[in-house]
Amino acid sequence: MTQASIVARRTTSSAPAKIVVALNINGQQRELEVAPWTTLLDALRDHLGLTGTKKGCDHGQCGACTVLVDGRRINSCLALAVMKDGAEVVTIEGLSTSDALHPLQQAFIDHDAFQCGYCTPGQICSAAGLIAEGKATSPAEIRELMSGNICRCGAYPNIVAAIQQAMRQS
Amino acid sequence: MINFQFARAHDVADAVRMIATDPTAKFIAGGTNLIDLMKEDVERPSRLIDISRLPLKTVEETAAGGVRIGALVPNSDLAYHPLIEQNYPLLSSAILAGASQQLRNMASTGGNLLQRTRCSYFYDTATPCNKRKPGTGCSAIGGINRGHAILGTSESCIATHPSDMCVALAALDARVHVAGPESTRTIAFNDFHRLPENTPQIDTTLHSNEIITAVELPAKGFKANYSYLKIRDRLSYAFALVSIAAALDLEGETIKEARVALGGVAHKPWRDMDAEAELRGRTPSEATFTRAADLLLRNAKSYGDNAFKIDLARRGIVRTLTQAARATPQSQSDKKIR
Repeated sequence: MTQASIVARRTTSSAPAKIVVALNINGQQRELEVAPWTTLLDALRDHLGLTGTKKGCDHGQCGACTVLVDGRRINSCLALAVMKDGAEVVTIEGLSTSDALHPLQQAFIDHDAFQCGYCTPGQICSAAGLIAEGKATSPAEIRELMSGNICRCGAYPNIVAAIQQAMRQS
Repeated sequence: MINFQFARAHDVADAVRMIATDPTAKFIAGGTNLIDLMKEDVERPSRLIDISRLPLKTVEETAAGGVRIGALVPNSDLAYHPLIEQNYPLLSSAILAGASQQLRNMASTGGNLLQRTRCSYFYDTATPCNKRKPGTGCSAIGGINRGHAILGTSESCIATHPSDMCVALAALDARVHVAGPESTRTIAFNDFHRLPENTPQIDTTLHSNEIITAVELPAKGFKANYSYLKIRDRLSYAFALVSIAAALDLEGETIKEARVALGGVAHKPWRDMDAEAELRGRTPSEATFTRAADLLLRNAKSYGDNAFKIDLARRGIVRTLTQAARATPQSQSDKKIR
């Protein structure tokens, strides 16, 4: 992506120009105009109305904001939307491409892998990234590579079981 | 978060030009530390220069038999790169001991070197901090300093460098390639981070108009006898209280060469050439490793809450060297310390 793709538009105030960002969100091409300091998380929730992705700590410590960007799991609270121009983003809303639940969503239900559910979209997107990476096989490896997702209800044993089920299906 | 201008650099020369014209601008790559510090009002750049699309994303073998790691290689890609896994498993292990997979996917190699301390007073803008606001004093000295440094401290600052990756890079004698407006240069890893002295606001010897382009590793990777042991308050996703990177070159029962670097104990990854010299020519044993540990910690100083770190480091050094000598490196997923 070159500088030419960044179209800076002056707003009426003296604030820095808003910037047009093109993102492929859950398979749909979207264009939005954001201030430079808008995080990907805020762009998803406040600009695109995709509130499935949750804001927990907003400092990269809890993992509730985890989404897949170009196939990799990241903390969307620490990513600037302007820096992701041209990227493909998958959120919990787009994880399943059909009317059926994604295998991870079904596995989380089957294993009762949540209580309050606030961390769940981040857990599931993170688990999707984990499965795609293919580095975890044992429960210990799953726990270690899921440690960026905190569950304050403590559903961890069931989360690991759900991920193992989805892994067997993938 | 504060308001700021945004620009994107096309190439390294462009990036260096842009930073030279605006002393209040900052480079941004992964953003995992800088965005956090901007949300906390600790960093207040007027402009961010996006360097994340510069072509510095390859890991290549060098003519000298080592590897050259582009500054923008994500931490996760580096940890799992075949050249690193096979020839520098100490580096892979240290990277995987740090942060979370999400953060490692975002964080860059160069950015890892430039991350700032996690001292809670540095983050708390309501308290004095010489690193954040020079001349205001150090709140950690006499404050809550359980996580703070025991080596190389000054009256101005007892903050630690938080990186795991850098501890391994220090042990492996990496070199940092940087580019400035006039020329390029390389900096020995041990000279890259600095001690706080009376200017703790300066973390490294990188000039403000320079950019890291690569980190180079020499051929010697210590792949047979190494271990990275990280001791922390929870089993994963926490900064080190003490971490140890140990690497041995064994010839039969004799140590030909030894490297030990410590994390979580100083303003920079801590090495001690006297301790490493003490190990050379010896046979691996608890007594030998304890002597090296005592040398490494001979100037260790407690600030109260962090007194426990001195014993923890001593025992950790002996344990990690033992793991390295036995060729049973610490696993980063099975947390049992053997």
